[in-house]
Amino acid sequence: MYSQGLIGADDSTHEDEEFLARFQARIDAEEKIEPNDAMPQGYRKTLVRQIAQHAHSEIVGMLPEGNWVTRAPTLKRKAALIAKIQDEGGHGLYLYSAVETLGVSREQVTQELLSGKAKYSSIFNYPAITWADIGAIGWLVDGAAIMNQIPLCRCSYGPYARAMVRVCKEESFHQRQGYEILMMLCAGSDEQKAMAQDALNRWWWPSLMMFGPHDSESTHGSQSEKWKIKRISNDDLRRKFVTATVPQAEFLGLEVPDPELKWNEKTESYDIGPIDWDEFWSVVKGNGVMNKERLEARNKAWDEGAWVREAANAFALKSQEREQLEAAQ
Amino acid sequence: MAKANDDLFEYLIRLGDDHLILGHRLSQWCGHAPTLEEDLALSNIALDMIGQARSLYTYAGEVEGKGRSEDDLAFLRKEHEYHNLMLVERANNDFAHTIIRQLFFSVYAELLWEILSTSGDEKLSQIAAKARKEASYHVRHSAQWTIRLGDGTQESAARIADAVKTMAPNIQEMFDDDAVLQRLVQTGVIGDVAVLKAAWHISIAEIFSTAKIDTDLLETVAIGGARPGRHTESMGHILAELQYMQRTYPGCQW
Repeated sequence: MYSQGLIGADDSTHEDEEFLARFQARIDAEEKIEPNDAMPQGYRKTLVRQIAQHAHSEIVGMLPEGNWVTRAPTLKRKAALIAKIQDEGGHGLYLYSAVETLGVSREQVTQELLSGKAKYSSIFNYPAITWADIGAIGWLVDGAAIMNQIPLCRCSYGPYARAMVRVCKEESFHQRQGYEILMMLCAGSDEQKAMAQDALNRWWWPSLMMFGPHDSESTHGSQSEKWKIKRISNDDLRRKFVTATVPQAEFLGLEVPDPELKWNEKTESYDIGPIDWDEFWSVVKGNGVMNKERLEARNKAWDEGAWVREAANAFALKSQEREQLEAAQ
Repeated sequence: MAKANDDLFEYLIRLGDDHLILGHRLSQWCGHAPTLEEDLALSNIALDMIGQARSLYTYAGEVEGKGRSEDDLAFLRKEHEYHNLMLVERANNDFAHTIIRQLFFSVYAELLWEILSTSGDEKLSQIAAKARKEASYHVRHSAQWTIRLGDGTQESAARIADAVKTMAPNIQEMFDDDAVLQRLVQTGVIGDVAVLKAAWHISIAEIFSTAKIDTDLLETVAIGGARPGRHTESMGHILAELQYMQRTYPGCQW
């Protein structure tokens, strides 16, 4: 899973020209920036924001899929779904660790998620209402995530780039798994096929929105691109995704819900109809079907788990004291 | 011979149902655990439980010889045809209840798999050998949490004591004897399960002692027991979710 293009980044920076030029020279030479290296404040802040947003997306993304674990139609599907969600949680863990290499704790960024200050991918504010949605999330949402994340494997910040290599491998497995769910539905009864089409209808446009606003609207793309955090623009990534995905929909015998979708000989890619950006911003701002429930679920888990975390800390402290006492004797 | 197969089928179903229903309960934590690490751990244990259920049901289907698949057995039976322990149906409630339920079951399962790994039935012994390794991890996980919570804060100690009280009436059912078990022991399909109860109490007492939990809490009147088809009110709700797709769209491939 992954979030749309970074929302609300503040990449302002105040270092002197010489420092910035030296830093940029390292970036231009494709050197990886590592945790203890000097870096501009803006670079650090952008990364913390982006990686935390990515981590939160993994964690919130567990909810719509978790919603189907107890109702998965076969034991094989149930096991695969649990394993997939577990992978997403694992991605969250590496990414929070990557944030920590930049000097910000997991607790700190978690608090920002819980308070509603930090963003996560808006796609997870859409409800997963049928089993076909589990297929569509794997195929389209993880598919869009892979498209976003493959260039991140070459991101200038070392820990993030390395985390992405492993994450991409797992995501590609998830995407095939999602597609395979839909293949089964499309080869099944009329009712199953209709379920698959309905899922594509609902997830197609939100998946395209995952790449973020058009390049012409994007306010912070250029600095991120200069620092080689972001390497390919939102529109280019979206175009690549559409071009890869439309033939997959055709293979399934499903119709992409865009009457203006058309092959463009010149660009050798598909042109698409207009994206409803009002809907996108409305969901980002909290007006999606599931925004409130998602945050409530995260807050509930956090609040109800407080006594467990307190007990674990208290026990760790007592154990440490006991060890010290034994060592002293 | 038909009788022997009936007994083995019944035994595999009991074990399969224990693992399926406990896996179902654990999977309800997915995305809601107290820490991210526990989200992963509980999902992982759920995954092991579902995996073990799959092996057991697949083999049960072969033993029965009526062409029923793992999914037919998992999803298409009536409430009274599930022969699991009531313990595994108990609600997740808070993390303490989930941990104590898991501790009770996993200590039992590890001991049982150890016995079954020398079963005269080759297939069952293979399933047991694999499951035993997984169960020993589950014991480690739930024992460590029992100790942390028992010897953590006042609140965690109170919650763990409450969880022990809730689950204790369902201890005896794990060790109940009946004619099916007796015949399986006689024919060498399962080893001597009579030793399970004492071994279980020794393990639990050790863990409780480190966790500063009073073992007197274990002494209580047993509820349920002697398996076939007895359930709590939770079972119908569990099945309503578990079977939803298979019941709504009968005969489909997924």
